[in-house]
Amino acid sequence: AFKAAVLIQQWYRRHVARLEMRRRCTWRIFQSIEYSCEQDQIKLHNFFSYLMDQFTPSSSKERDFISRMFVSGESYKEAELEKYCDYESIEVPDSYTGPHLSFPLLPDHATALLEAFQQKQQLHARYVLNLLHETRKHLKQLPNISHVSTCYSEEITVCGDLHGQLDDLFLIFYKNGLPSPSKSYVFNGDFVDRGKQSLEILVILFTFLLIYPKEVHLNRGNHEDHMVNLRYGFTKEVMQKYKVHGKKILRMFQNVFCWLPLATLIDQKVLIIHGGISDTTDLDMLEKIQRNRFVSVLRLKKRKESSGKPQIQAINGESESGTDAAPRLSLQPQTAQAPSTANRREFSRWLRQTVQEQIDTCRRLVDISESEPEELTYSSMVSLKDADEPCWTLQEEWKQVLDILWSDPMPQEGCRENKVRGGGCYFGPDVTEKFLEKYSLQFLIRSHECKQEGYEFCHSRKVLTIFSASNYYEIGSNRGAYVKLGPDLIPHFVQYQANKTAHLLTMTQRQGFLVALFAKISRVEESAFRALREKLFAHTSALISAFKSYDRDNTGKITLSNWATAVESVLRLGLPWRMLRPQLVRSAEDGMLEYKSWLDDLAMEQRSQEHIQSSLLEVIYRNRSNLETIFRIIDRDHSGLISFEEFQQTWKLFSSHMNIELTDDGINDLVRSIDFNKDGNIDFNEFLEAFRLVRQCP
Amino acid sequence: LVAEIEKKITEAFEVFDRESNKTVDVRFVNIEVEEPGGFVHLEHFLPVMTKVLLDRRFRPIPEDVILHAFEALDENKCGYITKDDLVKHLTKE
Repeated sequence: AFKAAVLIQQWYRRHVARLEMRRRCTWRIFQSIEYSCEQDQIKLHNFFSYLMDQFTPSSSKERDFISRMFVSGESYKEAELEKYCDYESIEVPDSYTGPHLSFPLLPDHATALLEAFQQKQQLHARYVLNLLHETRKHLKQLPNISHVSTCYSEEITVCGDLHGQLDDLFLIFYKNGLPSPSKSYVFNGDFVDRGKQSLEILVILFTFLLIYPKEVHLNRGNHEDHMVNLRYGFTKEVMQKYKVHGKKILRMFQNVFCWLPLATLIDQKVLIIHGGISDTTDLDMLEKIQRNRFVSVLRLKKRKESSGKPQIQAINGESESGTDAAPRLSLQPQTAQAPSTANRREFSRWLRQTVQEQIDTCRRLVDISESEPEELTYSSMVSLKDADEPCWTLQEEWKQVLDILWSDPMPQEGCRENKVRGGGCYFGPDVTEKFLEKYSLQFLIRSHECKQEGYEFCHSRKVLTIFSASNYYEIGSNRGAYVKLGPDLIPHFVQYQANKTAHLLTMTQRQGFLVALFAKISRVEESAFRALREKLFAHTSALISAFKSYDRDNTGKITLSNWATAVESVLRLGLPWRMLRPQLVRSAEDGMLEYKSWLDDLAMEQRSQEHIQSSLLEVIYRNRSNLETIFRIIDRDHSGLISFEEFQQTWKLFSSHMNIELTDDGINDLVRSIDFNKDGNIDFNEFLEAFRLVRQCP
Repeated sequence: LVAEIEKKITEAFEVFDRESNKTVDVRFVNIEVEEPGGFVHLEHFLPVMTKVLLDRRFRPIPEDVILHAFEALDENKCGYITKDDLVKHLTKE
């Protein structure tokens, strides 16, 4: 019997070890895919800058097209904003059963909203706009860095990324209590995108912000940025929920996000920022800049044919002396109204006049030498107001904001560019140490990265990451957490997981432990592997070339070892392929894989019913999120329709940039398989939906 | 074959390597490695583990053997063991 016990013990330990290994591999898969998605965004930015650099519009149509890419995100003057995004003319019908708001807001309004959202009701557009106007008014008065003290309210609760997951916010309020004069909260950015209830979260947070302005503090995150929203879901969500007033609402959000404070300081000892810091982060600069100028921190690469020193001062000069006659940098349209579909022609005409001027002006002003590592935001140049500049350049200011919102800590010392995300830095423990010392701080709190337990320390407990969106990658993938700080500034954590079944599957329960753990892992795992198989499929041709290079004799087979090396060289996800192989490769005789049939199997899982050229499908598939973003930018009035020519043009530009060879026939075939109206418009949501369905097939 | 095993070990190691600096918390490692400070370095782990795998000391336990083991603990031959019994047996020295 003793031997039996020992044996069982051994087996059990190994089994647990195997499960743990699988769990971690799954985690790595999700993380690497998420970050590589953000790398896709870099490609998108490169595409924009390619347009700026290379593309000379040869027709008025093309010029329209280009200008539409860049005329976005300008911040409206106050009066124009009020006029365009006005809410008073919007009537609330008697049939409306949702909550009614009146200003100034009261705690009852907040409770009404919470109840309404729990019952899946929607707040009327008029109230949304009204709320946004009031929020903007309030935020404008706030400094760039909020100062909070623990002596007024005993404990401060800090929450991290929520990403549209309303259930998590409800859970936090349930466990911790609603904001009140005795309950202070700091929300550290990334309220929107990815989750489906970003709007509701913002409404609730802004409501509490206005009711309890001393107790509720919001920091801006990198997702409080309309260019990011275009890609990651917030724009879509708003347009779906508010079909008539969505545009206005989105415009208002842009003008609210840019007024969100950049940081919060507790007791002058603990700094809370969304992303992180860099070795050049300067709190004095951050306190003084005009934060609302950075409507988006989307960046463009420097121009190729430029030389000489940066002429930022020239920009200031221009705008100071600018009258209506001189070519203005600001791309505000002459009429307060943004064009609707009906006014498209008029808008095009206006654009045609000014866009060439704009591009030329930019060329003159953005004169950065080749050696300059800095990059400039177009929209920050565009949204310049008056210039009572102290000694910093616009570039330096922009970098400060970018670093705060996008940086990540790393274990190694030093500070280097964050190429994975395409923004901000990786900062090491030495950077943290110097920074804390310089400003006499105790530690930093940041968010921006998903953590398994909802929170994680690094840099010898000098940097705390707090992440409040549970089950971020998939149900069961991670916990969310919030942190409470008292006057002693010692952090206390509360973790949670918003999903009843996931709750039951806690690691500490020995009873049914193995079964539960197995179930949880395999669900999350399934999802991870599905995502991974998609990625493999999307790189079919590159994989074939890589495999062929290991198969000189053309046998159609390669060793499993070479398979792993080849796959990594193509996908570059940094994953343990040999560990993952059993899940990805079903059959391999004597250690050799027939790669062509393996790839065919992958394709069969992914392909839709339509018979479309496989290479075209693959290319579109791989780039669909980029395409979607571009489409949404072209579709200025968010109508969901673009004309056939626009679609063709988009595709041509994109494919020439990506060096893809496609015939016109190929595109036509594709388009023919999509329904479109008689007037030649394509509902591109339908088009993209086709690929989404392919992805969702089990 | 050795190279393949080494690659596999390295991959697995990296999955547990939280700080990406080629060290892993010693609690994750189930074989004896002399290492002060609570962290095992890949350099030390790799040769030891390679030898262990080559000697086939960590073979998976076949199902019938495990079944046999459970049967041995099931004194009443009723086809199940209670949680308490299992805990008792597994925690006895």
